[in-house]
Amino acid sequence: MDLSFTPEQEAFRKTVREFIRDAMPSHIKAKAEVDGHFEMEETMEWHKVLYRQGWVAPHWPKEHGGPGWDAAQRFIFGEELEKSGAPILSPFGLSMVGPLIIQFGNDAQKQRYLPKILSGEEKWCQGYSEPDAGSDLASIRTTAVDDGKGQFVVNGQKTWTTYGQYADWIFCLVRTDQNVKKQAGISFLLVDMKTPGVRAVPMLTTGHTPAFCDTWFENAVVPQENVVGPVNGGWGMAKALLGHERTLIGAVGHSTRALIRVKRIAAKTTLNGKPLLEDASFRAKIARLEVKLEALRVQNWRALAGAQLGHAPGPESSILKIRGSEIQQQCFELAMEVMGQNSLGWFNDEGVVSPLEQWVASSFNYLRATTIYGGSNEIQRNVIAKMILGLPS
Amino acid sequence: MDFELNADQKLLKDSAAQFTKSSPVSRFRKLRSHAWAHGGHEVVSHPQGWEPAVWKQMAELGWLGLFYPEDVGGLGLSFFDLSLVLEELGKTLVPEPILASVVLAGGAVLKAGTLEQQKRFLQPMADGKTSLALAWAEKDGRYDASRVSTTAKKEGGSWSLSGEKVWALNGHAADTILVSAKTDAGVSLFAVPKGAAGLSLESVKTMDGQRAARVRLSNVVVGAEDLLGAEGGAVPAIEAALDLAAAGACAEGFGIASTVLWMTVNYLQVRKQFNVPIGSFQALQHRSVDMFVETELLKSTAILGCVKADSEDVNERKRAVSVAKAQLAAGGKAVVQSAIQLHGGIGITDEHDVGLYFKRMSVLNALFGDEEFHLARYASLPSFEPA
Repeated sequence: MDLSFTPEQEAFRKTVREFIRDAMPSHIKAKAEVDGHFEMEETMEWHKVLYRQGWVAPHWPKEHGGPGWDAAQRFIFGEELEKSGAPILSPFGLSMVGPLIIQFGNDAQKQRYLPKILSGEEKWCQGYSEPDAGSDLASIRTTAVDDGKGQFVVNGQKTWTTYGQYADWIFCLVRTDQNVKKQAGISFLLVDMKTPGVRAVPMLTTGHTPAFCDTWFENAVVPQENVVGPVNGGWGMAKALLGHERTLIGAVGHSTRALIRVKRIAAKTTLNGKPLLEDASFRAKIARLEVKLEALRVQNWRALAGAQLGHAPGPESSILKIRGSEIQQQCFELAMEVMGQNSLGWFNDEGVVSPLEQWVASSFNYLRATTIYGGSNEIQRNVIAKMILGLPS
Repeated sequence: MDFELNADQKLLKDSAAQFTKSSPVSRFRKLRSHAWAHGGHEVVSHPQGWEPAVWKQMAELGWLGLFYPEDVGGLGLSFFDLSLVLEELGKTLVPEPILASVVLAGGAVLKAGTLEQQKRFLQPMADGKTSLALAWAEKDGRYDASRVSTTAKKEGGSWSLSGEKVWALNGHAADTILVSAKTDAGVSLFAVPKGAAGLSLESVKTMDGQRAARVRLSNVVVGAEDLLGAEGGAVPAIEAALDLAAAGACAEGFGIASTVLWMTVNYLQVRKQFNVPIGSFQALQHRSVDMFVETELLKSTAILGCVKADSEDVNERKRAVSVAKAQLAAGGKAVVQSAIQLHGGIGITDEHDVGLYFKRMSVLNALFGDEEFHLARYASLPSFEPA
């Protein structure tokens, strides 16, 4: 039993922290200080900084451009990034389609797609959800019909395609067989967003950021070589992909940062002539949330220690998403509370309110998504009830 | 980062699990301080609540001196090692007072006493011949170990103690009671033998079927050698002992939570209503998953608390133990409450074991600092201040 990082790991942490500090451009740093919303070009600028360092895809195998780190180094790197407030890189290429191509793609696909995901030259989005297929994802209706000439003709609508308006490519689940059990007729298809008939229309989130799109396919013609894995074999791969999302999903670093900021604000705000942070009931409120976060931190360490030993994610990993996403939301609820009416500003012109006031309400709204995306927390509970507790369906 | 048990720890945990087969919940039922005789309405009450022969057996297994240094009769293992035993014993509500006597009272001797005194009190307990109690709490003082009105007056070469202590766990059975009392130099700790003149012990039954003592002292005279360690230096030692006990309570509480979690899941699989197992209902599934989430977090925080409970760095110790005890208070409570809810009517009968676990969990939550105490303490540490 050992709850500490080794001296080598601590030295690695220091290296990472110093690199982030030195390499982060000052305009990004200024936004990071207040957890501002990053524009796509700022996120891609940071992507390229990490790419040049060779650190942009920590979980990729070395032969495909990963740094060759073990689970602990990946964890430390992720934690330091979160603590720095750096832009969160788009996961669709690096964490989703990239690992899937590495695992299931053929050599031509690996050569065609992986280097441009790494360099950031091509941006990706995800075409899974549809208006009538959310949690019941296997019910997708977007079709890809073989035209007999080595091409698929795609028709349908995808939704919640995060940053589809910026994407060069979309990876989709499409129906390629109507006549079998719904999971058995799905293929995994890569589609160039410039294909005639593909149209992504952004919509505003409640956080007033244009984070998602509706994406339509109208007779979009896609070469068959863009299918990853076997035709009609897409469902199993999409499920396997979930395994890649396990690392760091508790967002402990993000919440740690958020709580420190809450305390800093509370130290400068007065209540009855004293700093709010010295108010016993308010302190207890922060402490209650922080203790929950500390519990999750140890939980995360347990998941990490298992991964270091090469174990498949066990019960200790399954709860990270549920609890981590709830804590993220609660941190921003507390930020709103500590700021009181100073939290109410909404997309004012620069300089009208302080930078911190500019973003807190937007984040508070947007973070409602954390308990929904990546499989809603209710779906997570269904999975744990079935797979771990063995309760009947 | 390593959360694997080593070979010796696995063996220790297995031996404790094996032991519980000889001490199932039905044994605890027979030893309870307050129960109905089987089939009747007559109240029966076991006077001691635990059995000296079993205590002796625990000594032979090495548990009663497990985390004490070898030179005072212990095995020199870590407190975390003992926590593995506490977790297992929690699973069948084994009533022998390891937490009260070995961890809390023994912990106070370890933290306050001289080497000579540690040998004097810990060696016989490690051998299973004696048990101890720590009488630190006073009426209306909640969890403040420095709030002491019991007095100790120096009379020649001896001390005379007067005052009243409450909720001294195992105080009804202990051979020696360690009493905190105020001298001119501050709060000090004294060893008072069971039969001392002027000492009155009133056995008090507790919700979990165990017992504590109300301790009244009226000019109880003890010798200079019965003052543990330095005069006036008892509060940090008692706080350290309370932290060991709080961490131990978390290990026991995790044993309880994991037991009631699976007890509940099994019930949901077999109990049928509307012609289907009730575990197929999503509302009940999600509530069970929330129990699972809290139980997993209890495991993590119990490890944290028990690994750090004997840390030399006082702030690090307090921080870890308060995280663990606050999680026990919030999560442990949620688990046992849901367990009863999901059992329905049978869950609030004395006949079903789930209520026994509920009571023990509630007692663990109220002992050694409750949620409010640990949150406030956590927030008072330097680590809480924003950098």
